[in-house]
Amino acid sequence: MLELRKDIFADERDDNLKEIGKGTQRQDMLGHVTGTSTYFDDHKLQGMLHLKVLRSPHAHARLRRIDTMEAERSPGVRRIIRGADVPRNLNTLLSLINFGKDDEPSLAVDKVRYKGEPIVAIVADSPREAFEAMAKVRVDYEPLPAVFDVEEAIKPGAPVVNEVYPKNTFIYHDVYDHQKLRFGDVERGFAEADHVLEQRYQMSPIEHAPTETNGSIAAPDTNGRYVVYTSTQALFFSLDTCAKILDVPSNTFHFIGGTVGGGFGGKVDTLTEPLAILGAMLTGRPVRYQLGREEEMQFGSPRGAERIYIKDGVMRDGRIVARKIRAYFDSGAYTRLSSYAVVKCVAHLPGPYTIPNVHGDVYCVFTNRTPATAMRGFGVTAMDFALECQMDKLAHLVGIDPMEFRILNAYRDGDMKAHRREAKNTALIECVQVAAEKAKWPLREEMKRMSSRKDGGGSRAAIPATPLEAVAQRAAVSQQRTTYDRAQPATIQQPPPLTPTPPPPRPPAPSPSHGATRFSSVFGTRRR
Amino acid sequence: MTKTPLQFRHNGRDVALFVDGGVNLLVALRELIGDMTPKFGCGQGGCGACSVLIDGELHLSCLTLAETVNGRSVETLDGLKEGPNLHPLQRAFMEQFAAQCGYCTPGMLMAAKALLDRNPSPTRAEVVEAISGNICRCTGYEPIINAILAAASGGRARA
Repeated sequence: MLELRKDIFADERDDNLKEIGKGTQRQDMLGHVTGTSTYFDDHKLQGMLHLKVLRSPHAHARLRRIDTMEAERSPGVRRIIRGADVPRNLNTLLSLINFGKDDEPSLAVDKVRYKGEPIVAIVADSPREAFEAMAKVRVDYEPLPAVFDVEEAIKPGAPVVNEVYPKNTFIYHDVYDHQKLRFGDVERGFAEADHVLEQRYQMSPIEHAPTETNGSIAAPDTNGRYVVYTSTQALFFSLDTCAKILDVPSNTFHFIGGTVGGGFGGKVDTLTEPLAILGAMLTGRPVRYQLGREEEMQFGSPRGAERIYIKDGVMRDGRIVARKIRAYFDSGAYTRLSSYAVVKCVAHLPGPYTIPNVHGDVYCVFTNRTPATAMRGFGVTAMDFALECQMDKLAHLVGIDPMEFRILNAYRDGDMKAHRREAKNTALIECVQVAAEKAKWPLREEMKRMSSRKDGGGSRAAIPATPLEAVAQRAAVSQQRTTYDRAQPATIQQPPPLTPTPPPPRPPAPSPSHGATRFSSVFGTRRR
Repeated sequence: MTKTPLQFRHNGRDVALFVDGGVNLLVALRELIGDMTPKFGCGQGGCGACSVLIDGELHLSCLTLAETVNGRSVETLDGLKEGPNLHPLQRAFMEQFAAQCGYCTPGMLMAAKALLDRNPSPTRAEVVEAISGNICRCTGYEPIINAILAAASGGRARA
């Protein structure tokens, strides 16, 4: 199953690998197959209490009054925790590295900003008694206008989601409402291009859906310390976050974790530990706070949705000469980790290709949706989805095989990347060659001979003259401009006709043996 | 709250306990008996992490009222080992890298056991069908399917 291609870049390493390329048994496998691996919830502690959280049914509402009188008298209730009980009820995850402003409360006080936001925590003898008490909490909500669309959210007059960021965008370095990338002059590139293709891409939030939901058990230890069994993916990060929120030195806690029932990025947010520990502090008993599946989906962060606009200028010979990107990351109601996703995204532009003129504007936008967070390559994955869709469309537009089109534009060792670092150890060309070989996709001999280590650098290593703001320039009359953008969301079933000139003739249909027909059929439906 | 007496066989051993009305078998096994091998994943019968065998048949313990197993036999992953030796399925899961985070593994193994107990040499399609109620978010299922097929063909002969 595992294949190590030692023929590629063979001279770049000693070929005396002891472990790589050989199967090695995982140290935790015996525990997994015998069911003895200990997840956080597999700890049964004497006198353990259960914490459940009342959550907002509104996407955006002012909290006029929270009445817990009746709930406090409910059988089995040990303690009701409100925002005022949390020592530092405002935090942002990356504050530990001085990045961003505290914007998210552990328990909402004045306002709720997404459906599922925690308002009151109830600690009771059993989960059932906690739920029964929860039904007795009275909250007087004043629903507010909500905003769910990233571009709506940044229009003047849009509802302010999070008062810490009144323009509904994350603010970088206290000044900038987005991250910019400028390399060369895209407008000049567009003016010179034979074709210009402009596209809009939209992805949905993606739930990690780990089989084990987020959760933790906190118990008073001796010497005033607390032991915390947790599902976290980021043990010390969570520990320090708890120390900050609960305003105690970090050596107050002994965190035990490491066996995680699936994370994929969805268990880095320290969602449950602060309240579980606070519950243990206030009751003197072990407290278990485990999210149910619905809570996991509504309160546990997803991969954030992104809206991406890409405008490319391409020459008939297949060279991409300009790429302009505008993207909006939906951070939901709070920052969690989306601010960082944007930084990663901008560093990744324009994808693994050498393009002389690149222009990027990426925004981290607040909306009344579940806050987004890390998930496997976040910031890059969705952008790559958009970029690679765009690459297929561009290849089709100029009548070049999509695999060869990627090889033509791939970055090579010694090229200058748009963020002004020299590309090193590049391997896209080799990846495409191997992928084509595996898929029995015919590549021309000259494409098979291309290498990431040949023909890079030189003029491709230069940093081009970069105007502060590129000015639109007149394009040659022969230029073909293509846009597949939908004019209105309502016209989803009816894509607008192509403008202004008809598309070039389709390239000759490739032989049906290697899947290329499927490619063209996709475009067939798109272009109809 | 009134407690209901309950007696059943748990991995071949008689157990007796008192349960609250409405308590499901998953909670009874984990919190009252202390068998942590069935896992909570969704509580809605959607993921299969809590799968156990009741009288040899595959059931979701999160959707099974504890009271309904009175007088019956419940098997969990905790009872799968044969003395100190791993069950052929457990060995195959280890050898085929059929677990990553391990959280779905107890349910997967019980679903696989239910299959092999009634059909010792299943086809690939039958294996896929047998684990179709069990969600794994890590492996992509291929190693799990391969492990069950390996256990069916080779494991039994070796055991």
